[in-house]
Amino acid sequence: MVVNCEEVWREISNYLEEDVDPGLRDAMEEHIRGCKRCTSVLDGMRNVIQLYGDERMLEVPLGFSHRLQRRVEENMPGSRRGFLGWMVAAAAAVLVAGGLEVARSSVFSHPELRSEHAQSGAGVPPDMLVVVSTDGKTFHAAGCPFIHDKAHIRTIAAREAEREGYAPCVRCMKKYLTA
Amino acid sequence: MPEEVTSLKSAAQQFDEETLIRRIRDGEHDLFYELIRPYEGRVYAAAFAILRNEADAEDVAQEAVLKAFKHIRQFRAEARFSTWLIQITVNEARMRRRKEHAHMIQPINDHQDEEGNYSPRDFADWREVPLETLERKEVRQKLAEALGSLGEKYREVFVLRDMQQLSIEETARTLGISPASVKTRLLRARLMLRDLLAPGLGGSWSTKLSFAKGTNPW
Repeated sequence: MVVNCEEVWREISNYLEEDVDPGLRDAMEEHIRGCKRCTSVLDGMRNVIQLYGDERMLEVPLGFSHRLQRRVEENMPGSRRGFLGWMVAAAAAVLVAGGLEVARSSVFSHPELRSEHAQSGAGVPPDMLVVVSTDGKTFHAAGCPFIHDKAHIRTIAAREAEREGYAPCVRCMKKYLTA
Repeated sequence: MPEEVTSLKSAAQQFDEETLIRRIRDGEHDLFYELIRPYEGRVYAAAFAILRNEADAEDVAQEAVLKAFKHIRQFRAEARFSTWLIQITVNEARMRRRKEHAHMIQPINDHQDEEGNYSPRDFADWREVPLETLERKEVRQKLAEALGSLGEKYREVFVLRDMQQLSIEETARTLGISPASVKTRLLRARLMLRDLLAPGLGGSWSTKLSFAKGTNPW
């Protein structure tokens, strides 16, 4: 097998991922050995991956850790600083959850999809975080262009979305539906 | 031997994490910060890569961490905790971006046909950028600037795969796109960054950094 520069550039990233067939890999290496430009592309790409993969590129702003720790502590149940806020949030959550429980008690035991045309989301990982809109019928991956009513969306686990009767988006969740 | 040591260290870390998670679920909430502390840089970097604003990134990073705590019972041990945490962060950051910048026009790079061929620039005199230069803040800033100049869809994939070390499949799942799209975008992102960072454009990494300006081919 012989490959040209364009073919090398197209596969160079997969080559570095060790995600090319042995035949193609050998042909690429043969080409790169004799091609200055492709050698430069390979070296440059390796260098980019090495540089950006370095932990020093993950630096945080000054004081970030302290502020994060404080925020976490304030929001822990039992925290003196955050106790009142936590109680208010917890009480609200209990009220909302209680209301939903009453409203949807039949759905919990026998989930019914909001759309009669929907497919079951049995193949969707239950812990995957997905997006739903209040008046929608489907759940989506964040960023899916088919999310309706983007002003009223929530992020919840797929398990919860299914429990609430949402069905998986047939576009962004396609791979789970065919799996 | 070093690989074995790394592997043992990683296994020990995972064991510690499992123990921590179990104890947190059992009510020792004070341990939660210990659990997320090793990943706070990654959480911030993921948020910043999407939002490009320090204040927003920090706020979203905090929100994501609190969300992880709230949903800690839903975390399943078959996934890596760090991956799960990054996925929450990416979702939160994308929500924030959509909410706050819904009126803004997408960067021109995002309209580019990702299936189209991209010809890397011809730098026969490529010289490696040494890792030691990362000690210099201006080098890290230049790298961040180059990354920031990529379109969102390229930047997100690159950050998750090459900075956060998520697998292709994990990256695809996090972004809600196919593994094939991840690979295509990753190729383009890596090629563009290689071109942006090429020292042959007039600067030398050992003395001064220089980036191509106004001549971006994409």
